[in-house]
Amino acid sequence: MDLDWRVFCRDTIDGEFVRGCLGDAERITYLDWLLSAWGWTLSVAALAWIVAIAAGAVVGVLRTTPHRPLVILGNAWTELFRNIPVLVQVFLWYHVIPALFPLLRAIPSFLLVVVALGLYTSARISEQVRAGIQSIPQGQRLAALALGFTLPQVYRHVLLPQAWRIVLPPLTSESMNIIKNSSVAFAVSIPELTLFALQAQEETARGIEIYLIVTGLYFFSALLVNRILHIVEMRLRIPGLIVVTK
Amino acid sequence: MTLALDFSFLTLDVLARYVIKGLFFSIELTLVAMLGGILLGTALALMRLSGVIWLSWPAALYVNAMRSIPLVMVILWFFLLIPLLTGKPLGAELSAMITFTLFEAAYYSEIMRAGIQSIPKGQIYASYALGMNYAQTLRYIVLPQAFRNMLPVLLTQTIILFQDTSLVYAIGAYDLLKGFEVVGKNFNRPVETYLVAALIYFVISYTLSRYVRRLQTRLAVIR
Amino acid sequence: MIEIDRVSKWYGSFQVLSDCSTHIGKGEVVVVCGPSGSGKSTLIKCVNALEPFQKGEIRVNGISVSDPKTNLSQLRAHVGMVFQHFELFPHMTICDNLCIAQVKVLGRLREEAMERGLRLLDRVGLKAHAHKYPGQLSGGQQQRVAIARALAMDPICMLFDEPTSALDPEMINEVLDVMVELASEGMTMMVVTHEMGFARKVAHRVIFMDQGRIVEDTPKEAFFAMPRSERAQAFLAKILSH
Repeated sequence: MDLDWRVFCRDTIDGEFVRGCLGDAERITYLDWLLSAWGWTLSVAALAWIVAIAAGAVVGVLRTTPHRPLVILGNAWTELFRNIPVLVQVFLWYHVIPALFPLLRAIPSFLLVVVALGLYTSARISEQVRAGIQSIPQGQRLAALALGFTLPQVYRHVLLPQAWRIVLPPLTSESMNIIKNSSVAFAVSIPELTLFALQAQEETARGIEIYLIVTGLYFFSALLVNRILHIVEMRLRIPGLIVVTK
Repeated sequence: MTLALDFSFLTLDVLARYVIKGLFFSIELTLVAMLGGILLGTALALMRLSGVIWLSWPAALYVNAMRSIPLVMVILWFFLLIPLLTGKPLGAELSAMITFTLFEAAYYSEIMRAGIQSIPKGQIYASYALGMNYAQTLRYIVLPQAFRNMLPVLLTQTIILFQDTSLVYAIGAYDLLKGFEVVGKNFNRPVETYLVAALIYFVISYTLSRYVRRLQTRLAVIR
Repeated sequence: MIEIDRVSKWYGSFQVLSDCSTHIGKGEVVVVCGPSGSGKSTLIKCVNALEPFQKGEIRVNGISVSDPKTNLSQLRAHVGMVFQHFELFPHMTICDNLCIAQVKVLGRLREEAMERGLRLLDRVGLKAHAHKYPGQLSGGQQQRVAIARALAMDPICMLFDEPTSALDPEMINEVLDVMVELASEGMTMMVVTHEMGFARKVAHRVIFMDQGRIVEDTPKEAFFAMPRSERAQAFLAKILSH
């Protein structure tokens, strides 16, 4: 099987080879398309990550408070978003929510996918945050209360700073998952890597080359996230404290 | 509110005609990939723990590669590659079964590896001291305990697997989601069908996860 | 100072405290002892409302701890507490452990808090360790820091919940010495402990608990001379036998 990498230098419309591989205002090569698709993948993943961390942290914290209604609310959130396949959730946000709420029709589909992917991941992150907080000995909460801290202060100064460090390793793997899961955006026509792979493969019949590069980019992106979060983890390390991770 | 929800078109007859077939395929795919994945995954785990470099290295490479690629891409890869290798096109359904088995094996193997490593060394010494050989130690002492300890995690992975089967959408296999999509198109009611599809996935996953949690507490008590 | 009045507490249907009453006056040192599961740790945690109770009342400095109108945060800020497992905050330096509540709860300036903290740290003999993290200190050192942390809040009384029972034997004395000194300065103290040597040396009264009840509440001399109840006699015999 011989590979022909020059496929990326072809124009996406007439199939002609373009000098230097990168197109210009008039000509778009497969390489141009690939890079833009990578950008879409990273953007969807990054924005969804922000949604996921924010929602996941809040919900995770709610589930550890002594207030029963908040715990029930947090649990319900987690169960809801965890037990529906991510692709189905993307369809719900794309096809169903705008139909039910006309006001939301103006929101671009890109953002709907971001919300879908973000909330799906928030359920998993809330689980990590809850487990992280609950793994801190109960005495820490009591000691903070005994010093006169209010409950929000207990979280702010004592529980959350410790939970962060416990949660970071599992958070790293969720962050890598979010890049992988962003591939479902192809199903609602977001021009990201997987959609590029599907369409370019069909147009050029050079599936193996296309898939290899796309797979490589997914791999590289996940690795990048892993390295960055690893550095954060090292920075936050506390002398003398051994964090037990599963 | 401009749209009134109307579920009346979703009769039993319609479900039986379009959806049941998809549901059966989703379940079949889940079960095949679970059984095949656990078997292959256990083999991979044993290879990784064998201490023999030409066994452990390829196994580690395989597991890590599979785990760092999106499942959708793996599905597309196999759909592209299998016909190239075998020379004849394979249906989307069969392709999905092979893909999922090989893909899930990577995840199951990590679980089994953790399970095997959680068995105290003393158990293995005791088994050797009784005169059992390597294979016997694995077969009668290590694997049964590892499997039992890891049962809840294996089942949780299976719930994720069940949800992931919806991704065969990428190659157009006829699964539960596809069944609902066809109904939605035929009756031009996508909103209602996606809602019901989400509900069905939720009920199945949630029920299974409740069961796993019960099992977990039961196992914890026995231990 | 601390008035415990007919307090009862249940976990579900299981009663952990039944009808406990005692008073601790200003400057008094009271040792609470009893077999494990007797409710002594639960009782001391009720004093600053870390544990809720269903019946009875506890007043600290005249303020009821179970009254929903009471500002618990303010009350707890002035009741020092030392825990069995130290409960220093592992993600902060020793210095920050001493300062954080002074700044965030009492609203002191950082410099002021620091100065107080360091002075108390010096008092427990650990000034050199101010910039270390708790995980880098021994158990005995951590517990001395925990005492300094509580003292930094200018408490009107101190609660000790088995402060030495998680320590290696060679570290117990360094912690007890700090407590003895504190008692000699007239601090009001309620101490849950099995250290009878400490009780003999500084306690004014000894409370003996069993199965959620205060069985004995007598001056130290009477308690050590001859406890009235059989259970306390048996307990003492067991504790003193080694």
